[in-house]
Amino acid sequence: MGGSAPDHGNGAPAPDLAIRIRGAVKRYGPITAVAGLDLDVPSGTCVGLLGPNGAGKSTTMRLLTAQSIADEGEIEVLGYRLPGESKLARAQSGVVPQLDNLDTTLTVEQNLRVFAYLYRIGRGERRDAIEAALVMAKLTDRRDARVDKLSGGMRRRLLIARALVHGPRLILLDEPTVGLDPQVRQELWALIDALRLQGSTILMSTHYIEEAQRLADTVMIMSHGKAVAAGSPADLVLEHAGRDAVEVYGPPARLAEVEAEAAGAGLRTRRTGTSISVLNPGSADGIPVQGERRPANLEDVFVLLTGEEID
Amino acid sequence: MATRAAPRPTRLRRLERPALAGVLVREVINYASYWKSSAFSSTVEPVIYLLAFGFGFGSLVSEIGGRPYVEFVGTGTVATAVLFSSAFPSMFGTFVKYSFQHTYDAILAAPVDTEELVTAEQVWMATRAAVYGCIPLVVAIGFGLDASWGMLLVPFIAWIAGFGWSGFGISVAGFANSFENFSYVVSAVLTPLFLVAGTFFPIDTLPTWARYLANVNPLHHTVELVRHAAFGFEGWEDLARLGALVLFAIITWRVAIHAMTRKLVD
Repeated sequence: MGGSAPDHGNGAPAPDLAIRIRGAVKRYGPITAVAGLDLDVPSGTCVGLLGPNGAGKSTTMRLLTAQSIADEGEIEVLGYRLPGESKLARAQSGVVPQLDNLDTTLTVEQNLRVFAYLYRIGRGERRDAIEAALVMAKLTDRRDARVDKLSGGMRRRLLIARALVHGPRLILLDEPTVGLDPQVRQELWALIDALRLQGSTILMSTHYIEEAQRLADTVMIMSHGKAVAAGSPADLVLEHAGRDAVEVYGPPARLAEVEAEAAGAGLRTRRTGTSISVLNPGSADGIPVQGERRPANLEDVFVLLTGEEID
Repeated sequence: MATRAAPRPTRLRRLERPALAGVLVREVINYASYWKSSAFSSTVEPVIYLLAFGFGFGSLVSEIGGRPYVEFVGTGTVATAVLFSSAFPSMFGTFVKYSFQHTYDAILAAPVDTEELVTAEQVWMATRAAVYGCIPLVVAIGFGLDASWGMLLVPFIAWIAGFGWSGFGISVAGFANSFENFSYVVSAVLTPLFLVAGTFFPIDTLPTWARYLANVNPLHHTVELVRHAAFGFEGWEDLARLGALVLFAIITWRVAIHAMTRKLVD
C-alpha cells in the first residue's frame, strides 16, 4: 500500500489483489493529477482513498476503468492489465460515480434493466438480478417511479444498486455520499457496510474523514497525486497523531502563542479554524497546555499530512 | 448482495454484440418515453416542406422532368426527413449526454468501449431515420405518387444516409465545446447542403460550381437515389451514388469514434 507496496516481482498479478497500481502517473498538460501512485487493494477488503479536493482521487478512479489512460506506470484490475484488458475488468466491476448520471426520465426498474443489459446478464437471470438490486437498495416499492421524482438519497441508492446489478467482484465508489445530508449519508454507510461485511472488495474515494474511518479496513491518504500514508485508521492515528490531543480555544493572538509554545516544546499542532489542536501532548511533560483533552483522530492525521492550507 | 457468477469473457473484440445491444436497449427504453415528440418533429417538418413547396411552388411549376412537382418534392423530402432525424438529434443528443447528463461516463464504466458506444448510437439513429424517412413518401403516395417496387429500397437508402448523418452529428458534438458551436455548422454546412441537394428544384438549373458542390453532397445522392427508387434506377450512376453514401457513412463513423474517444477518454 502506498509507497511501501509489496513487490510481487516479474509483473505477474498477485492473485489476492483486486487492484494493483505501480508508479501510475497521469498528467493533464502542466498539471500532474496522479504522480507516481502505488496502490494495492486486497480482495475482500474495503480500502478508502482519502484526500482533499484535487488530490487525484477521482483521476485514480477513472484510471481503473480506463476512462483515463495513465502516462506511466502499471495498472491491474482483477488480474487484467489496463488499458488493454480494461473491458474484461469492467465486466466484473461496478462503479458508483461521484456525479449522478442516472437516466432521469426512466423509472427505477428501467434504469436497472438498461444496466442489466450493459453488464451482459443472461436473459434467464436478468429479472432476478434486478429484483435483488431493488431489494438491496430498498427501492422495491419505488420500482415504477421515475428517477426525477426520487429523493437525493433514493437516487444515490439506485446508483449503488445499478453498480451491483451484475454481482461484481470489485466495487468502485467515487465520493459516494458527497453533497448528501447526514441522515442520507448514514443510510448509505449502512448499505456500504453491509456490502463490506458480505466480503465485497471495495475501493472508495472520499474526502469525508468520518466516512473513511467508519467504513475502510485500510485508508490511503493522498495528497498532490501521491500516497502520503497508508494503514488502518487506528494505526494511522497512532503513528501520526498519537493517542490524544488538547484543543485550545481563544482569540487569534492566544492561539498563535500556543502554537509557538507547542512548537518550542517539539509538539505538533494543527489549526481547526476556531482552535489549535496540540497533538500528543502527553509526550512532552511540563508544557502548560490548557484546553479540552480528546482522543486523536483521523482528521488530525489528514490535516497533518495534506496541509492546513487550501491549494 | 451476493456475487453473481458473471460470465467471464475470454477474449477481446472490438465490436461485441452484447455491448452494442446494451447501448441499443438503453436507447429503445428511453425512446419509449419521448417517441411522440421525436416522431412529431422528425416527420411533421418535412411534411410541411412537402405541402408548402408541393402546393405552393407547385402552383407556379406544374412539373419537372415530366413528373408532377408534388411527386418531385415528395421523393426529395425523404432526404430532408433523414437529415432532420439523424444529424440534428445526434448533434444535440450527444452533447447533452456527455456534457450534462454524463450518460456516456456511466456506459463506459460498463464493458462497453467508445467505438461500440458510437457505433450503437449511429445504428439507432440510422434505424429511426429509415422509418422517419419513409413518411414523406407515404404522404406523397397519398397525394398521387404511384407506388413502385423500387420504393422498398428507400428504407435501406435512408438507413445508410442516416448512419452517415448521425456520424456527422456525433463528430460535430465531439469536437464542439459548447452548444453555440453548432450554429456555425448549421449555418455554414447543413443549410447550404440542404439547399443544393436537389430537393426542391433540380440542380441542373444551378451554376456550374454549385453543381460540382452538389456532387459531393451526400444529401443530393440520397435525394437522387430515392427518386430513382420511385421512378426507376439508372444503373451505374446509382451504384456510384450508393458508393458515395457508403463512403460518407464510413468516414463520418470513423471520425465520430475519433472525436468521442478524444472527448470521453483522457
